[in-house]
Amino acid sequence: MKTVKLVVAGLVALPVAAQAQTEISWWHAMTGANSEVVEKMAADFNASQSDYVVKPVFKGTYPETLNAGIAAFRAGQAPDIIQVFDVGTGVMMGAQGAIKPVAEVLTEAGYTFDKSAYLPGIVGYYSSPSGEMLSFPYNSSSPILYYNKDIFEKAGLDVDNPPKTWAEVWAAARQIKSSGAATCGYTSTWLTWIHTENFAAWNNVSWASNENGLAGTPELAVDGPLFVKHFQEMADLAKEGVFVYGGRTSEAKQNFTSGECGILTESSGGLGDIVKAGINYGIGQLPYDDTAEGAPQNTVPGGASLWVMGGKSDEVYKGVGAFFNYLSQTEVQQFLHEQSGYLPVTMAAYEATKASGFYETNPAREVPITQMMGKEPTENSKGVRAPNLPQIRDILNEEFEKMLAGQQTAQEALTAAATRGNAAIREATGG
Amino acid sequence: MRRTVFPHKLLPWLLLAPQLAITLIFFYWPAAQAFRQSVLREDPFGLSSTFVGLANFRKVLNDPAYLNALQVTVIFSVLVAFFAMAIALFLAVQVEKIIRGKGFYRTLMIWPYAVAPAIAGMLWLFMFNPSFGTLAWPLRQMGINWNPLLDGDQAMALVVAAATWKQISYNFLFFVAGLQAIPKSLLEAAAIDGATKRRAFWTIVFPLLTPTTFFLLVVNTVYALFDTFGIIHAVTSGGPGKATETLVYKVYNDGFVNLIMGDSAAQSVILMVIVIALTAFQFRFIEKRVHYG
Repeated sequence: MKTVKLVVAGLVALPVAAQAQTEISWWHAMTGANSEVVEKMAADFNASQSDYVVKPVFKGTYPETLNAGIAAFRAGQAPDIIQVFDVGTGVMMGAQGAIKPVAEVLTEAGYTFDKSAYLPGIVGYYSSPSGEMLSFPYNSSSPILYYNKDIFEKAGLDVDNPPKTWAEVWAAARQIKSSGAATCGYTSTWLTWIHTENFAAWNNVSWASNENGLAGTPELAVDGPLFVKHFQEMADLAKEGVFVYGGRTSEAKQNFTSGECGILTESSGGLGDIVKAGINYGIGQLPYDDTAEGAPQNTVPGGASLWVMGGKSDEVYKGVGAFFNYLSQTEVQQFLHEQSGYLPVTMAAYEATKASGFYETNPAREVPITQMMGKEPTENSKGVRAPNLPQIRDILNEEFEKMLAGQQTAQEALTAAATRGNAAIREATGG
Repeated sequence: MRRTVFPHKLLPWLLLAPQLAITLIFFYWPAAQAFRQSVLREDPFGLSSTFVGLANFRKVLNDPAYLNALQVTVIFSVLVAFFAMAIALFLAVQVEKIIRGKGFYRTLMIWPYAVAPAIAGMLWLFMFNPSFGTLAWPLRQMGINWNPLLDGDQAMALVVAAATWKQISYNFLFFVAGLQAIPKSLLEAAAIDGATKRRAFWTIVFPLLTPTTFFLLVVNTVYALFDTFGIIHAVTSGGPGKATETLVYKVYNDGFVNLIMGDSAAQSVILMVIVIALTAFQFRFIEKRVHYG
């Protein structure tokens, strides 16, 4: 009888011993070199302690990962951590009850959460209107200007001084085309992110009411006079063949790396592909409009953050807290920044990278940080938020495409986009 | 004829069970879910949902974007079905004329059917993308302002071409079979009567092919309506503007990109009605005509 009891006790004890390590699932959307960084982060964390095991799972593109997370939540199978791109931030914030704020996770896990340790531009974007940090900024980027030095030289432009304002960009682009240095002067990826969301912040004009939607339901202001002027200039350039449209996301990078276009505005996270293409490139900060008062202000972060799903056990939350605490460590952040081209999220990591002399050998790597941190953000430059930002971007893109095809003017395009966008926002908020 | 009767009542059900299970799980269950969602208004996470009756349907049918998608779908489907069938028939007739190596040509013709829609889309994109397309450059050299990223008609032409190319193989196979079933004696009699090849084709071959043609018409329409999602997703993503957004693409876009579940479900219910109507039409019509000849 005694032996039977012992055997039973042993059987019961066995799985407990095997489960001593709490598993934490992490769904992400990183590919190529960036996915190796993800694997390394998780492996290093797992090696650094023995209580938790973080398991990264690749779930496809950003929208696919978000959809997979939503579908899994509906089926009661949500992951513990999910990486959600900037555009999906509003969707996640609207899902109270589905998520657990990161600030809460960290404090409950026993870590002192000091918001001031993080870069203000980034932390502001991922915080609730009341200032609580909701998600953990994992990879943040900012749009910058890339230019082809060989094309600049051929066109007789100053190779060491890239254009600083949009007016200068237009002039340089026209010179590139007319001199025959390249068939296309200028192209840009992500028109909505770079030319409306960042354009608004960088030139300190309103993108939407209620602090661009950060303080409440937004009413789009993208049909404002500065936007109309800017987009009409782009439409004119498109008509002359100086500006070439590449597509809604990052397709235009191809037009630059193939040597077709002399100037490109793209995310700082796109640096890897441009380096790989082997062209003689230079980097400048994002151009601003010199007629705008106070420009340049500061740019807003893109990229993605890590969200913690709700309804998990305390043990899991403790593990997530420990993992995020690990990710905030200076050496880890420095590694992430130098490997992936994304921005460091803590001040200490930024300072450490600076002190290491990394920026002296790679000056361009500091551009996206300085332009985001240059000034204290205003109500126009903390970022943009809408409950249905992916849809708003689609609407804007559709109207831009019709405008660039010559079917409508910038004023018509932006008025239509604002009207349609506002109707969609009202619909999404149930108004 | 004696009817075969199974001694057990259970056995036939058991034999049917796998197929019934598949139909229930992969058709009836999702269809029921779509119906349920189409009368609800939900946030993406399903945290709150309200019953709204037919409001989603009313909204969808009054949406100019939906009417645009309907128009795009009709244009797209008619073009794809017409070109896929016309080209396949032409090729089938030509292959019949070949004396040596018939099998070789036939095999080559059938190849594209093995290509997945998304991959077919990527192939055409690589050839015709204005920035990196291998055939886009010569087009521009010829003075054609080729830019399907902004020109809606060119974008439409591109997706129609990709969708047509993929479907030609399937149609080709059926037309070859149909042509082989036509008795040679009829064609010989026509030749003796002095009919030209052309006349013999239009007055004998084409009418005798009508059952095949009609079957293919319905299959191709259904293909253009539902199976071309991968191609459109890969080549244009519905753009520029909404120039190539078909009904199926809009269901995906509203549901999975814009996360408006109710609208998306209502649209898929409407699509379900369309496909049921088309299939019913096909069965009634084909069953009536299948016995002639």
